[in-house]
Amino acid sequence: MKVFEGLKFSRKTSIIHFLDPRTKFLVSCVIFLISLIFSELIILSILFVAQIPLILLAKIQREWSHSIRGGAFLIIIILSTNLIFGYISNNFQLTSRLLIHSIAMAFRFIIITSSFSIFFLTTSPDNLSLALEQSHIPYEFCFAFTTAVRFVPVLANEAQTIIDAQRSRGLEVEKGNFLKRVRKYIPLLIPLIVNAIRRSLELAEAMESRAFGAKKQRTNIYSLKIKKADSIIIISSLIIIFLAIYSKFNLQIPIIQIPLLPP
Amino acid sequence: MIKVENAFFTYPSGVKALEGLNLEIQDGEFIGIMGENGAGKTTLVKHFNGLLKPTNGSIYINGKNTRETTVAELSKNVGLVFQNPDHQLFCETVEEEVTFGLKNFGFAEEKIVERTDWVLNFLELERYRKSSPFILSGGERKRVALAAVLAWDPNILVLDEPTIGQDYLQKERLRQYIEQLNGQGRTVIIVTHDIEFIAECKPRIIVLSKGKIINYATAKEALTNSENLSKASIFPPQIAQLFTQIADLGLPKDVIDVYEAKVLIENLLKGGKRNEGV
Ligand SMILES: Nc1ncnc2c1ncn2[C@@H]1O[C@H](COP(=O)(O)OP(=O)(O)OP(=O)(O)O)[C@@H](O)[C@H]1O
Ligand SMILES: [Mg+2]
Repeated sequence: MKVFEGLKFSRKTSIIHFLDPRTKFLVSCVIFLISLIFSELIILSILFVAQIPLILLAKIQREWSHSIRGGAFLIIIILSTNLIFGYISNNFQLTSRLLIHSIAMAFRFIIITSSFSIFFLTTSPDNLSLALEQSHIPYEFCFAFTTAVRFVPVLANEAQTIIDAQRSRGLEVEKGNFLKRVRKYIPLLIPLIVNAIRRSLELAEAMESRAFGAKKQRTNIYSLKIKKADSIIIISSLIIIFLAIYSKFNLQIPIIQIPLLPP
Repeated sequence: MIKVENAFFTYPSGVKALEGLNLEIQDGEFIGIMGENGAGKTTLVKHFNGLLKPTNGSIYINGKNTRETTVAELSKNVGLVFQNPDHQLFCETVEEEVTFGLKNFGFAEEKIVERTDWVLNFLELERYRKSSPFILSGGERKRVALAAVLAWDPNILVLDEPTIGQDYLQKERLRQYIEQLNGQGRTVIIVTHDIEFIAECKPRIIVLSKGKIINYATAKEALTNSENLSKASIFPPQIAQLFTQIADLGLPKDVIDVYEAKVLIENLLKGGKRNEGV
């Protein structure tokens, strides 16, 4: 359940929180793209280190580390599958390149998780909705999206209560072989889904009784404005992504070599 | 027996829910836990079957430390019924819902049939045996959730907010079930905000406030101590308020029971008439 903590907006005041959601989304996308363009460990490490000041500035160290810890399981899977399959296809030889490549792939996942975690942790659902609306996305979609984001922690909480209730009835999820374990998710999933559907129907009724969609033309009290800081960051991000693409095709990136292993 | 020794509990988010509780509940007792919203009542009862382990201090159920026992093992003795039945009902029929726990605990086939018949009969659910729990009313669903736990006959029964959303008749029936179960020697613990219900059941009362026990006394003592209750955002039952306000008529203050009140007032009125006559 910790994973969801890493997506939950925490109301704080910081420079990062103050930035326009669109700016932050662009930065996250730039980080995401660069991490896809390059598979060299050096570049990926730089990308990772570059995020640390952002996390500290936004004062979200704790929430951020929850989301990384929540992804630990996937990180280990990525690392080990890369290692195992690389090892097999490499005629059962562990090379420096293989090891570095596996670590880099795990790093790539961490970077992507953390960049979007920073985005969601520092952007309030309201601002997110405004940003979507001002990007001319139909309001119904914006609403559905932000509601989904908003309900993630609620669902996570509810899932925990359901797990507690069924464990109190003697359900032991960790026990038994794989097939038995899968079957044990039924008592957890059915109440969760039933409640989610029930809740969404209630939400729809509540919205209709508050005249959702009565007027085609919606207005907002607040509107987002691209500030000076935003423009600077947007322009630098664009320059960075351009430089990244340029150097991908024109520069040789040094490769790290692990001692005691064949290259 | 439940023994709580200097128990502290802090949620991972940093909320301090329990702050140094000491408590002993003997076998066969009837206990009511009261306290303001967020006092830590649910957190406390989740410790009784090991769903939560104290961050500091220890909890013993029948002499066993909850830290060294699994939830399943503890739950066999401590039946915990959650507030919202929709968090646990998932089967196609009420009958399957009841047998789920029995199967988990590995009861033999004949025993399962026997216990299912008993509990459906006891809680008057027999006619819903083959119905889907999802089509039942809120009160009935709550009864199914109770049946699903009562089925394996735990000797400690814990009910979190059992009276929410129940009409008067249902509450009265619930009270009878509880008294019957307690009369048969089971420990019953109810967590509730329903002061009138508590005043009728008269369990021993634990008043919890901000993670601390601020009173542990008989219903009569606890429910008439308005100063203590107000710390936990509780107002005494109406009968008790009335008797506090008319105390200068020479009546006792600590009355929480309508029947007792009736006898006292009758005596007063009769006595009053006699006085007038003289
Ligand atoms: N899963 C959780 N994570 C973090 N904090 C929690 C969690 N559950 C409860 N709390 C907090 O712990 C405190 C005690 O909560 P608890 O649910 O035990 O109160 P309660 O006495 O049962 O209240 P109520 O009468 O509202 O049911 C509250 O401050 C609550 O916000
Ligand atoms: Mg509670």
